[in-house]
Amino acid sequence: MEFLHTFVFEYYVYVAGTVFLLGSLVRFDMSQYTWKTNSSQLLDNSMKFQVGSVLFHAGVLFLLFGHLVGMLMPHWMYPYFGLTPGAKQVLAIVSGGIAGIAALVGGGILLHRRLFNTRVRAQSTRNDIFILVLLYIQLFLGMFTIPVSMGHLDGSTMLKLSDWAQHVLTFRGGSEIIADVHWIFKLHMFLGITTFLIFPFTRLVHIWSLPAGYIARQYQIVRRRSA
Amino acid sequence: MSHFLDRLMFFKRVEGEFADGHGRTTHEDRSWEKAYRQRWQHDKVVRSTHGVNCTGACSWKIYVKDGLVTWETQQTDYPRTRPDLPNHEPRGCSRGASYSWYIYSAARLKYPMVRGRLIKLWRAAREQYSDPVEAWASIVNDTELRRSYQRRRGLGGMVRASWDEMQELVAAANVHTVRHQGPDRIAGFSPIPAMSMVSYAAGSRYLSLIGGVCLSFYDWYCDLPPSSPMTWGEQTDVPESADWYNSKFIMMWGSNVPQTRTPDAHFMTEARYNGTKIVVCSPDYAEATKFADLWLSPKQGTDAALGMAIGHVILKEFHIDRQEEYFHDYCRRYTDMPMLVALDERDGRNVPGRFLRASDLTDAAGEQANAEWKTLTIDTASDSPVVPQGAIGFRWDESGRWNLEEREGVNGGEIHSRLTLLDHGDEVVSVAFPYFGGVEHEFFTHNEQSDVLERCVPVRRMTLADGSSVRVATVFDLMAAHYGVDRGLSDDAVATSYEDDVPYTPKWQESITSVPGDHVVRVAREFADNAARTRGRSMVILGAGLNHWYHMDMNYRAIINMLVMCGCIGQSGGGWAHYVGQEKLRPQLGWLPVAFALDWTRPPRHMNGTSYWYAHSDQWRYEKLAVDEILSPLANPEEWPGSLIDYNVRAERMGWLPSAPQLNRNPLDVVREARAAERDPKEYVVEQLQSGALGMASEDPDAPENWPRNLFVWRSNLFGSSGKGHEYLLKYLLGTNDGIQGKDLGPQGEQKPEEVVWHDEAPEGKLDLLVTLDFRMSTTCMYSDVVLPTATWYEKNDLNTSDMHPFIHPLSEAVDPAWESRSDWDIFKGIARAFSDLASPHLGVEEDMVTLPLMHDTPAEMGQALGVADWKRGECDPVPGRTMPNLITVERDYPNTYHRFTSVGPLMDKLGNGGKGISWNTEREIEHLGEMHGRNWLEEASFRRPRMETAIQASDTIMSLAPETNGEVAVKAWSALEKVTGREHQHLALSKEHEKITFRDIQAQPRKIISSPTWSGIESEEVCYNAGWTNINELIPWRTLTGRQQFYQDHAWMRGFGEGFVAYRPPVNTKTWRDIHGEHSNGNPEIVLNWITPHQKWGIHSTYSDNLLMLTLSRGGPIIWISETDAAKIGVEDNDWIETFNANGAVVARAVVSQRVRDGMAMMYHAQERIVNTPGSEITGARGGIHNSVTRAVVKPTHMIGGYAQQSYGFNYYGTVGSNRDEFVVVRKMDKVDWLEGDDESILTQEYTR
Repeated sequence: MEFLHTFVFEYYVYVAGTVFLLGSLVRFDMSQYTWKTNSSQLLDNSMKFQVGSVLFHAGVLFLLFGHLVGMLMPHWMYPYFGLTPGAKQVLAIVSGGIAGIAALVGGGILLHRRLFNTRVRAQSTRNDIFILVLLYIQLFLGMFTIPVSMGHLDGSTMLKLSDWAQHVLTFRGGSEIIADVHWIFKLHMFLGITTFLIFPFTRLVHIWSLPAGYIARQYQIVRRRSA
Repeated sequence: MSHFLDRLMFFKRVEGEFADGHGRTTHEDRSWEKAYRQRWQHDKVVRSTHGVNCTGACSWKIYVKDGLVTWETQQTDYPRTRPDLPNHEPRGCSRGASYSWYIYSAARLKYPMVRGRLIKLWRAAREQYSDPVEAWASIVNDTELRRSYQRRRGLGGMVRASWDEMQELVAAANVHTVRHQGPDRIAGFSPIPAMSMVSYAAGSRYLSLIGGVCLSFYDWYCDLPPSSPMTWGEQTDVPESADWYNSKFIMMWGSNVPQTRTPDAHFMTEARYNGTKIVVCSPDYAEATKFADLWLSPKQGTDAALGMAIGHVILKEFHIDRQEEYFHDYCRRYTDMPMLVALDERDGRNVPGRFLRASDLTDAAGEQANAEWKTLTIDTASDSPVVPQGAIGFRWDESGRWNLEEREGVNGGEIHSRLTLLDHGDEVVSVAFPYFGGVEHEFFTHNEQSDVLERCVPVRRMTLADGSSVRVATVFDLMAAHYGVDRGLSDDAVATSYEDDVPYTPKWQESITSVPGDHVVRVAREFADNAARTRGRSMVILGAGLNHWYHMDMNYRAIINMLVMCGCIGQSGGGWAHYVGQEKLRPQLGWLPVAFALDWTRPPRHMNGTSYWYAHSDQWRYEKLAVDEILSPLANPEEWPGSLIDYNVRAERMGWLPSAPQLNRNPLDVVREARAAERDPKEYVVEQLQSGALGMASEDPDAPENWPRNLFVWRSNLFGSSGKGHEYLLKYLLGTNDGIQGKDLGPQGEQKPEEVVWHDEAPEGKLDLLVTLDFRMSTTCMYSDVVLPTATWYEKNDLNTSDMHPFIHPLSEAVDPAWESRSDWDIFKGIARAFSDLASPHLGVEEDMVTLPLMHDTPAEMGQALGVADWKRGECDPVPGRTMPNLITVERDYPNTYHRFTSVGPLMDKLGNGGKGISWNTEREIEHLGEMHGRNWLEEASFRRPRMETAIQASDTIMSLAPETNGEVAVKAWSALEKVTGREHQHLALSKEHEKITFRDIQAQPRKIISSPTWSGIESEEVCYNAGWTNINELIPWRTLTGRQQFYQDHAWMRGFGEGFVAYRPPVNTKTWRDIHGEHSNGNPEIVLNWITPHQKWGIHSTYSDNLLMLTLSRGGPIIWISETDAAKIGVEDNDWIETFNANGAVVARAVVSQRVRDGMAMMYHAQERIVNTPGSEITGARGGIHNSVTRAVVKPTHMIGGYAQQSYGFNYYGTVGSNRDEFVVVRKMDKVDWLEGDDESILTQEYTR
């Protein structure tokens, strides 16, 4: 049991991280035509879809960056933002809760459409449905952590979790830090790590290709003929 | 390198900037561009073309990659023309270039489809009956079951089926119909074989073998100009487009060359650069107008008035005030101008009667044979009447004197015919001509004059063989009087100047056409002056804009007269250029045996399309045009009783027009009965017809035994494009939802037909089965019961020719037919096999009774020479092949239909091959085919016969038998003609005697065809192809009564309807808007406009309007053009949804409000499918409608004439035509645009204004 714990929250993280990075690289290099969002917007661009899509994407993006900042920010920096661990936890619960609800509502619309809109369903691969279901479950698990967190608003669990994240990221072990957190957190984390593992095999790769360059791009680009 | 590593060069990427920093030069990976380059790489290039009805007949390069067609470009390798003449290349247009879209588009038909209701019934019936024929019978004999799937036609609900099942279903229906109703209850419709002749032949061969009916298209499309057979005895022989360049004066009249003749338009530009003067005649500011030095804009439908005014000027200035030597000589030798016409006395007036015949004179002027068919002229030297050679009587009397040498027919002595009797006549009398310009019409200006024009004509008195005395005049003198030209006879009725408002002066036409009189005079002078200086190099390119009117023959004859008066016909750079619809099937005489199975049985069943649809879609039940409205004011209405369909029935009965179905009983049963009674079937049928025990089917088209039962449509969009009276076709023929707004003659209490049985309750849904072959889901497919997916034009082998250029080139199978599609040849071959399998025990070797009309180019065209007598009314005896249709017993071997289909039959060796009045032995060609293609050894039915199993074998069979593609045959054909003309013609083909063009040859490069007597132009290094060339230069007569080009039409019906000479006749009044205008208001103002349906820019002919590329270039859905003024009157702005409607139905479309359009007309490009972006109609409640939803065919009695030399029936040669431009519609802005979306139930519950 202990080994399993260590495996999941240490070695598995490295396996998943390696697959995530190398897999993305290989796919980007070897299979450019699959590097796409696979959008189904052409098949159905109803107002419902547009609302669902915006809610989902905004919510998920907020959650992604929220988790990154929250988990990886060194604890000594908290006071510089005028935060105590408790206050930070409350901030995370409130903002994450709002974003989570947005993503859940949006995701719900998208999942319903993916499954029950005949045109979209006909064009969906099993992979498309699987990843959406997975993200949806992950959102639910994330939301289920809120009541547990409400039970200890001192931020202690939060500190443990971010400690773990920082330890693992810096190759210092760390699974023992979270040995006693509530199982719901563990389940949420396991699924999160798994998401990274399967990331290169799904349409999620489009996250890498945020077309930010267009914001400040010149009107005309002339690409030189290669020598 | 790696895509990822490339990204790591991010900061070294930028190399420089330009354009003030708005542009940037970078050094980054460009390998992704390969994707776009690969798009245009290919494995091979294959030659093909677009194969239904595009006159362009451009050869195309089809690029194939990985077994898929990627795109197409124009071929550039046409054989050269000659120095000082531009080449035919470049040829092509954006429509053809977009064709390959269809192959892999969503519109492509991939599998056999069948109406869901029908297949359920079929499968249930098949469970019950082991014999498919009995299964089919169980469905169609049950009225409820039959109606249940008929009502679903047009409503979708097609499901996928297998080839085997569909072949069995179709064959079972055919066997059942042949056995129980008669083979002539099965019909097929496919247009314009020239563009893919093997595909056409596939269906027509199958139908001809089983005794089915092939329906003509050219007349139904109203592209057939009846004026052409009337004048020349030839249907639409025209110059190739290269000959435009040789012209010095071109009038483009109602033909929008750059838009509808795009690949040929370059010759127009080149001609202009070469100094040719160009006048454009068009009511709207059409694209062609840009070529014009002068634009004449007559009101639509009044072109005949303009043409006659030009003719008036030409006659006066070049024939009468001054006699232009060239014109004078030409008209004397090559036209009927010097021929004598007897004047009838009628109510104290002299009226032009029929041509005087040799038989009228004592001792028939020495002519023994066919004296009734030989016309007379006055010889200058002897000043007495003589019989000049060349009349139709000489063609069939085996005298070898059928030519245009200036000789008389008895001894061959030289003569010099006299054009005019002025100064050589006995007296000058007043002759009466009908005048129609004063006929009133709400929307056309009339020019009030006396309805009978009395004008002075010099005449001579003659005593005839029967002792009577008659006045005779020459055609020239009569014409001059009719045109109102002053001859110095102190005639007050003729014009003294062009400023007189007297028919038919330039001033007179102003009020009718709105063209200024001085423009008319200028054009006439320049046209004729140019022709005089260049010996006939003035040309008129004319088109559908003129030909789709009810009185199209008047428009055309007015123009043809201009050309003939100026000696332009038969001269390179001159002539009559009508390029609509027919197109030239160059190897016609090789194709006919393959297409109509003449190698196995003769004759085939042919039917003129217009009369067929008019009768069977019950459009006649709504006929509002009364005969007395179009009768000559000189005719006695009491002698012309009945309605339009009555005339058609009489014409069929007298053998003038064909019939389908033919008799009112199964012709197999009729012969069986005759045999049982041990009688000759022919005599038996005559007797039965006379006693009334047997009738013509046309006498009761609504009786179930006379319904058409099975219909095949292939290479055609009959119900989405060419179906005049669309809504009538839906209601009566198909039995489905229709949009008819008017009531038939029954409830209106109007006069009903007298020859046709009237049923108070008209039948709906006459057709048991509608089978369509297509490669896309067209409107017609939507209405069909069975849809068979055919190969596209890049997936099959076939032949293609045109009248625009002299080449023959192929369609080739660049890729295999995609999905489950098959070529037309293979589809009909499959149906033939299924039919053969199912035939016994229902059908064995059977005898069929075929009724054959008096055909043109056969001795039967000499029917009733001197008058019209109807045997049914006891006016004469019924003589098959003379006063009634011929009756021919044909043996059909039904179980061997497939073996016959796939081999060349024995009649070719036995009877030879031929056409257009000549025939030759063809044993050597058949022997050659046997050696080339192998022979059948296994089947008794086709033992030792040459095989013809593939489309390429069929192509090579056609080309081996045709003079145009086999030099040896060409020489044989010319020498066959020599026997008739008594002149030498072989020199035209001798140099090509050993040239034999094959399918593989034309795949390598288009080949120029070989000169053949089938056509009146030649292929040579000296001249371009131009119609009438051999008539002028080889002295081969035109195939008319007089053997000359005829200004005068002397048949009793032509005179009865006032069209002996050409006259301006205003459009007829269809009255369809009267009862509906303002009756169904939606609150928006309404206006009545003339309904014009020209050829469109974004569709026909090489692609269709549902092509995505064309939809993107146009407005992407149905549109109607209206003028700014008319739009303002009804508050319509550009792109508004408008609805047009009348008693026939309704159409919705978006308005294009444009200065291009003349006030008073609404133009809807034809064949805009109702399947793309079409909302529901506020009037009918159904989706959209098509351009033909507001039309109804109206037939014209003069087109029914038969058995009279050039006015004899020929398939796509003569017959009633489906005119549609005299129609008017109510136009208004739509209030509510309802897209009728939802499931069937929700659509049915929506409220409609109907």
